[in-house]
Amino acid sequence: MSGKYKKVAYYPGCALEGTGHAYNRSTKELGKALGLELAELKNWNCCGAMEVKNVDPKLQTYLSARNLSIAEDMGFETVMAPCNGCYHNLKKAEYDLEHDQASREVNARLSEKAGHNTYAAGKVETIHALDWIKEAIGEEGLKVRVKNSLKGLKVANYYGCMYTRPRHIFPEKDQGPGSESTSKPHFMDDLLAAAGAENVDYPLKTACCGGAHTLSDSDTSTKLVLNLLTTAEACGADVIATECPTCHTGLEMHQVRAEKVLGRKTSVKILYFTQLLGMALGLSPRKVGVHENMSDSSDLIRAKRLA
Amino acid sequence: MPIHEKTLIRPENLVTHDHLTLEGVDVSGHWSTFINSRAVTDYNEQMQEEIAALPGGEYIHRCWQCGSCTNACTVNAINPDFNPRYWIYLIRMGMQDELLRDKDIIWQCVSCNKCTYACPRDVNPEGVMKATSHWLELKGFTEKKPSMVFDEAFSEQVFATGKIEDGKVLREFFARTKQPLFQDWLVALIRGLVMRLPVGLLMKLGLATVFHPRTRGWGRASKAIEEYVAERHAADRRSLHLDVQGAE
Repeated sequence: MSGKYKKVAYYPGCALEGTGHAYNRSTKELGKALGLELAELKNWNCCGAMEVKNVDPKLQTYLSARNLSIAEDMGFETVMAPCNGCYHNLKKAEYDLEHDQASREVNARLSEKAGHNTYAAGKVETIHALDWIKEAIGEEGLKVRVKNSLKGLKVANYYGCMYTRPRHIFPEKDQGPGSESTSKPHFMDDLLAAAGAENVDYPLKTACCGGAHTLSDSDTSTKLVLNLLTTAEACGADVIATECPTCHTGLEMHQVRAEKVLGRKTSVKILYFTQLLGMALGLSPRKVGVHENMSDSSDLIRAKRLA
Repeated sequence: MPIHEKTLIRPENLVTHDHLTLEGVDVSGHWSTFINSRAVTDYNEQMQEEIAALPGGEYIHRCWQCGSCTNACTVNAINPDFNPRYWIYLIRMGMQDELLRDKDIIWQCVSCNKCTYACPRDVNPEGVMKATSHWLELKGFTEKKPSMVFDEAFSEQVFATGKIEDGKVLREFFARTKQPLFQDWLVALIRGLVMRLPVGLLMKLGLATVFHPRTRGWGRASKAIEEYVAERHAADRRSLHLDVQGAE
């Protein structure tokens, strides 16, 4: 365990204040239980998610650059974003500001008009909640803190699209042993295994849930999610561990929709990895917001004595 | 996964003759179907240039048709007609009528970026899909598709307040697409949630729909963004040789 990431800037993003509230709560509680400090970005704005880029990609770069400039103003070298969409967009902005002159010009122009510092690439490092726990605590650090082992819990780890793709915006990944892989990500697997969970060999770790069109093309999303759910069940998983509020909510919504519209019922549970880690550390299900999830996991939690 | 290629031998191109004798041989009937000439006469030579001028389409010229994008594609796996490699080919060839056959599905790209990951030429096929669906709408070949309606409802909220509130985006999207808000599955979902949620959080979520979350001090950023968006819209229309005044 290194001293790195003991205190980082925290960018929750819009979803974590709405439908992904349980992720916000469990991330903060997990940090508290592990002695890690989060300082929320002051007056942060939406990263543009999957939508603003379709109006104009450089505008999306500006939205993230504004958030990075806040982290810089607050004196932080690292900002942690638990939402895959926010994380991806901050990384993408970092890449574009480093490599694309036109993006730099638009950012400078808009930042000046908006009256804040113009963020320049290289000042602030963006990390995911997975990087945060992995680096600041690590598997060994987790193992000694586990009070309520996840032993016997079969987990399908689901990373989604935005955590690994496109590869070029994640220069620190695919750097050999110890680094995260973009084709076979394993950070969540590593952390949950350290907490005692039995990870199943889930082939759809980075498959798409259709989150970008979860409402605008619900039928496609339902098909994609149903595939994720039935495959997890076929792999013997009790629960799908998630790391993104859009994926998580999409899985919950379309699990219900698949049953209502397609008559296909699945019973695999869906929990944020932060909720699973929190319960392993002895936090109550309530404390990590299990009751705030849209899908009901209370049966599983009772059966596995996680409560 | 195989790449499903399109056949150009379509029903409307098939010709059968009730009575036809060629060089003394009777070739009447369906067993000896003939195929109409497939000479293409309706090229749109500007198509590649126009799509390349829209955000995301910039690198379409790099494509060497390896098919990695279609092979990796999430949507192709559930609809074989969704074929990025083929569309990029048509755009580069200027075969507009062929492309227009698929005009109602191109918007369905889910932006998973598997194509971008797989592409050996950095074409950014995901961007090309977005540029192409944008092009179809700007040129009036299709109405505004649900994804664009959603993107706009979402973005307008961000531009105005700096943040979004997911309930408001959902309501706005259903209103703009004239869908009922109380869909069966949504009602089932909300009912399940309300049964288990603590009153405190329910109140908090309820308050969020009254006092919309917003970024403090966003006013100047909002104004700068609105100016920039108007400028970009005008530029996009100019590059497609469309009337700039026609922009919304």
